Amino acid sequence: MKMSGAEILIDSLKEMGADTIFGYPGGQALPIYDALYDSDINHLLTRHEQGAVHAADGYARASGKVGVCLATSGPGATNLVTGIANAYMDSVPLVAITGQVPTSLLGRDSFQEVDITGITLPITKHNYIVKDIRDLGRIVKEAFYVASTGRPGPVLIDIPKDISAGEMDYHRNGFLDLPGYNPPRKGKEELLNQAFKAIAISQRPVIYAGGGVVSAAAHQELKQLAETLLAPVATTLMGLGGFPEDHPLALGMLGMHGTKYANYAICDCDLLIAVGVRFDDRVTGKVESFAPHAKIIHIDIDPAEMGKNVRVDIPIAGDLKIVLNQLLERLEARLAGAWQDKVATWKKEYPLEFNEKGSGLKPQQIIQEIYRLTEGQARVTTEVGQHQMWAAQYYTYTKPRSFISSGGLGTMGYGFPAALGVQVACPEETVFDIAGDGSIQMNIQELATAVDYQLPVNVAIMNNGYLGMVRQWQEILYNRRYSYSEMKSPDYVKLAEAYGAEGYQITRQDEVAEVLQAAIQSQKPVLMDFVIEREENVLPFVPPGKALNEMLG
Amino acid sequence: MYHTLAVLVENSPGVLARVAGLFSRRGYNIDSLAVGRTDNPTISRMTIVVEGDERVLEQVSKQLHKLVDVIKIGDITAAPHVDRELVLIKVNANANTRGEVMQIAQVFRAAIVDYGHKNLTLECTGNQEKISAFEEALQPFGIKELVRTGKVAMLRGAKYTNITKTKEED
Ligand SMILES: Cc1ncc(C[n+]2csc(CCOP(=O)(O)OP(=O)(O)O)c2C)c(N)n1
Ligand SMILES: [Mg+2]
Repeated sequence: MKMSGAEILIDSLKEMGADTIFGYPGGQALPIYDALYDSDINHLLTRHEQGAVHAADGYARASGKVGVCLATSGPGATNLVTGIANAYMDSVPLVAITGQVPTSLLGRDSFQEVDITGITLPITKHNYIVKDIRDLGRIVKEAFYVASTGRPGPVLIDIPKDISAGEMDYHRNGFLDLPGYNPPRKGKEELLNQAFKAIAISQRPVIYAGGGVVSAAAHQELKQLAETLLAPVATTLMGLGGFPEDHPLALGMLGMHGTKYANYAICDCDLLIAVGVRFDDRVTGKVESFAPHAKIIHIDIDPAEMGKNVRVDIPIAGDLKIVLNQLLERLEARLAGAWQDKVATWKKEYPLEFNEKGSGLKPQQIIQEIYRLTEGQARVTTEVGQHQMWAAQYYTYTKPRSFISSGGLGTMGYGFPAALGVQVACPEETVFDIAGDGSIQMNIQELATAVDYQLPVNVAIMNNGYLGMVRQWQEILYNRRYSYSEMKSPDYVKLAEAYGAEGYQITRQDEVAEVLQAAIQSQKPVLMDFVIEREENVLPFVPPGKALNEMLG
Repeated sequence: MYHTLAVLVENSPGVLARVAGLFSRRGYNIDSLAVGRTDNPTISRMTIVVEGDERVLEQVSKQLHKLVDVIKIGDITAAPHVDRELVLIKVNANANTRGEVMQIAQVFRAAIVDYGHKNLTLECTGNQEKISAFEEALQPFGIKELVRTGKVAMLRGAKYTNITKTKEED
């Protein structure tokens, strides 16, 4: 059938199961937008390309499907860059499509020409520029395949205008040309044997679980592993929800703002089973003192993560779900002993706590209240800063894909557009963006998108009048010299109303539940300005470069 | 320690940038990189000489593996292999010194590829040691220009690196 490049693109998107695109048009994307006009793909127009890419990312994290975003060449493409890097750092399956100047104008600094494949080389799993319309269908399919298999990640496809506007006789075929791409699946038998031996002689096992558990949908297997070995489970920020936090074996989050008992367990264990993690410096603290007494088994889909930051004794590359099942087949249930008692004592002695006194609003309390009122069933996104850490610490996550946050890149402005993507993926669910007053202003323009598409997300701003995390570091590490970390906010109530959303300001404890309840019930997007205790700190805190047991607070 | 990697890649426009970018981004030291297409025109082969200990080398090859365009990597340092490099040197040679320069060329089995009034251009092939010795021998005459290709290498005997596997033919 005679089809234009743009029609082939859309047909291939549908062939790959994509039915939703977040995007923003412009000159070099016009042929694609013209084809979208007739198609049944659901396109959401954001108010900034960064909003589009974060929304696609949130959509992907909530649904497990590949997120798709679309932008024009030049500034449209560069506006995607932060979001692509964000998805890359957190291994999110994403396909980013950009318009490009016609092939005849490439390399001449043409109007709105930018080398986006060059720019995104280090922040994509793979990228393409389509120079021949005959490659287009295959490239789109490869992009989805690469983005969603192995260790997931973003793939960019740059499409020059003459390619999207060009025509050819096209028929679907399943052909992929990826001779160099074979992600590992099963764990190697000899390494599994080593793992069994290490497990058998261990007295004090701990599981350290990360985002890989969520992306591999291996949460059931993880739970079974923990219960079989009676091994406590410490979770990374990315892994939250991968193990139910109301489980007796749950240690909550480890690392810089982890629970004391999680960090103590890491420091004391004699066997660390690291599952779907990458030993980030925010997790390990000083690497030389990370799990100093432990043999380390590292199971991950990406062989390059093994031994990258921390020495590993038994590196098992493979699909987590498969490898965990390989282990479970042969493991026998253990009985509780001194180790489980010791961990239980730590949990009792060093609980997560904050000072509940005082008349001001406590962010931790607000988050606990959100948990209570949503019965733990909400999808929570966050921005970046103190509020993000409180959201990680004080909402008890029990389901995978329920906590959606910018982990690796730490992108302020992520949470709100991501929440829109989450709401699109889960239209029936309650979605909260737990935000800071600094971060929310980075992509506030997406309120228009939320109102436009009637996405009833709830934004809970923990308004401390500071770039709070920066202020906390300045307080502790720079002798209270608050250099440019204080900032004023607009009137969020008026702002919300100006956009056609609902707005509330909350200053008293007795208003918190009421307003939250109203927001959850509302069919509109709601902006809640919680005026919190200004200098509340996130604790515990392992200062950068310190060992995990050198916590403050 | 220097390692010699034989890397098969797809013959696509971005591949060199991807490989070079990976090395600079992650701080690996490339000593030389030579690239050209193989008998299969869709596949190119790179010979990369990289400096680092075992740990660095393991990371280099794992990170290279992650590039979708990279099909196969072999570290052939420890296996018996042939390696060659080609150098072109333009060296001063006047009526008085020309004879001596030509003698040196003969010793190194270098070819004279261009003959000028004031200089000679010589081509020499060999392993890196030989090339360095050749360069040193010509130094006193005044080298005007020098270009080396970087090392290319291949396993000896019945072993080979191709897209299916590095394997022994039986
Ligand atoms: C785009 C971006 N710029 C700068 C930073 C550095 N940074 C990390 S946390 C933070 C403060 C965030 O302030 P706010 O959103 O008010 O959150 P709070 O810490 O006060 O809860 C800053 C500036 C960042 N993470 N992302
Ligand atoms: Mg703040």
